[in-house]
Amino acid sequence: MQFSKDMFEFVPKEEKNTNKVVRPSLSYWQDVWIRIRKNKLAMGGLIFIIVITLAAIFGPMLSKYNYTAQDLSMADMGPSSAHWFGTDKFGRDLFVRVLVGARISLTIGFVASALSIFIGVLYGGISGYCGGTVDNIMMRIVEAIYAIPMTIYVILIMIVLKPGLESIIIALTISFWITMARIVRGQIMSLKEQEFVLAAKTIGASPLRIILKHLIPNCMGQIIVTLTLSVPDAIFQEAFLSFIGLGISPPLASWGSLASDALGGFQLYPYQLLFPALAICFTMLAFNLLGDGLTYALDPKMRK
Amino acid sequence: MLKYILKRLVSSIITIWFVITVTFFLMHAIPGGPFTSDRKLPPAVEQNLDAKYGLNKPLVVQYETYLVNLVHGDLGDSMTTIGLTVNQVISQSFPYSLSVGVCAILFSLLIGLILGIIAALQQGKFLDNFCMIISTLGVAVPSMILAPVLIYVFAVKLGVLPAVGLDTPSNYIMPAIALGSYYMAFIARLVRSSLVEVVRQDYIRVARAKGLSKSKIVLKHALRNSLIPLITYLGPITAGVLTGSFVIETVFGIPGIGREFVQSISNRDYTTILGVTVFFCTFLIAANFIVDLLYVVVDPRIKLDN
Repeated sequence: MQFSKDMFEFVPKEEKNTNKVVRPSLSYWQDVWIRIRKNKLAMGGLIFIIVITLAAIFGPMLSKYNYTAQDLSMADMGPSSAHWFGTDKFGRDLFVRVLVGARISLTIGFVASALSIFIGVLYGGISGYCGGTVDNIMMRIVEAIYAIPMTIYVILIMIVLKPGLESIIIALTISFWITMARIVRGQIMSLKEQEFVLAAKTIGASPLRIILKHLIPNCMGQIIVTLTLSVPDAIFQEAFLSFIGLGISPPLASWGSLASDALGGFQLYPYQLLFPALAICFTMLAFNLLGDGLTYALDPKMRK
Repeated sequence: MLKYILKRLVSSIITIWFVITVTFFLMHAIPGGPFTSDRKLPPAVEQNLDAKYGLNKPLVVQYETYLVNLVHGDLGDSMTTIGLTVNQVISQSFPYSLSVGVCAILFSLLIGLILGIIAALQQGKFLDNFCMIISTLGVAVPSMILAPVLIYVFAVKLGVLPAVGLDTPSNYIMPAIALGSYYMAFIARLVRSSLVEVVRQDYIRVARAKGLSKSKIVLKHALRNSLIPLITYLGPITAGVLTGSFVIETVFGIPGIGREFVQSISNRDYTTILGVTVFFCTFLIAANFIVDLLYVVVDPRIKLDN
């Protein structure tokens, strides 16, 4: 075929301009941040989480009471200007104990979630990426464990381990990673057929590199949502363990142990239950609202 | 279908065996046996006790004996409640747990459905927000806090409901609410989101164009299809109600299997812990199995074989 000049014409100026980027491009996370900022409930949750975390870290240092200091002359006092949340049956200041409880409960929540996510992401990543027999075997194991309710597991592990903070974290991690592994595997299964993975394979990237550098960053949204929802879950499980007598041992306190200690004298001193209970409820609420907001903000269907 | 059922049966048995093995060895890894706690027993008595329960034999032999007995449906003798077998412990306590659990599930299904339907129909309006606030609260308030608060308000202050025991039907109200509130909240959200999706479908528009009333559209056309996700959720609900019973039965003084389990933990009663765990897992695996089959019956689009 012969080409001659009159077969072509110049692109009109207006058409050239259509390809110009008018607005600055936003990265995925900037986009998410803009959407989550508009969601008042989720922002409220986020602010509450930040405030309570800061209070847990610095609060006990600033208070003039020590969380272990007993003063039997001040036992079972109601809330007053000296003791904002009142005192317990040993005369310990409840305000500072709730703050120390926040330290323990939040530590359990964050550390157990972070550890289980680390294990779950690796396990799920490898299983999802390899597929075939490896995936089959790895997922059979996960299914076998998944069939047993998590709480029963955590209880069994707690019976065997010495009671204490580390044991609770270990027990929760051992049971939490399963959910994470399942979610990550599902995500990776759907992502690994995409072109960018093929491109990475073509230039000779190792499987581990593809999993860590290409696939997992793309599942980050789901992972973060699961993280926000597993923190309150861990706090709840810890409270549950304290309730059946397998939790933190005194004089240390967690919200769960404070609440279950208060149950005995609950009808006489309801405020002793009220404050740790409110702390648990508000924290669960805050994490749940943030998680909901994140799910909504990360949903690709919601992107304009 | 038959092939699927067989496959599931085999994998269920493997899972149960796995549970038994793990639990068995975990139990024997515990420092301190059931007879080491209280008073110091004379060595001869201790030896006799160990011999009676086979604790002096090698672990592998004990494991083998346990498995063989289990196949015959025998979970062994309770180590701390003298004269009771684990089978008796379970058969005495489980009916209480079952009746409370069924009430809790019915409560969560009924109220959850109502809240979810109202919220979906009034989407974005006041009632929607109201229902969703209730369901968010249900997720945020753990049952171990809800239960004492309920007792305080309804039994102590108002005196309208009995606090402990299971003697009258009204005894079931508070345990069912405390146990079911979390799942009620979850169901309400689930129903709302799936109903919102279904309402946008073409066949709903057709139904509306035919001039059907709103309630008929929802109940006859929309709801049935939005119930499918709910069925998959029945398995986890059963599991949750079962484990939730540990707390609820202790608070409300119900002599159910959950309280039995918690007590056997503090008594280090190996055989009861082991037996109840095996029972729980078998029960749950069976429940999940039934739910999966139900799923196929309800939604003919799903093929299990693939």
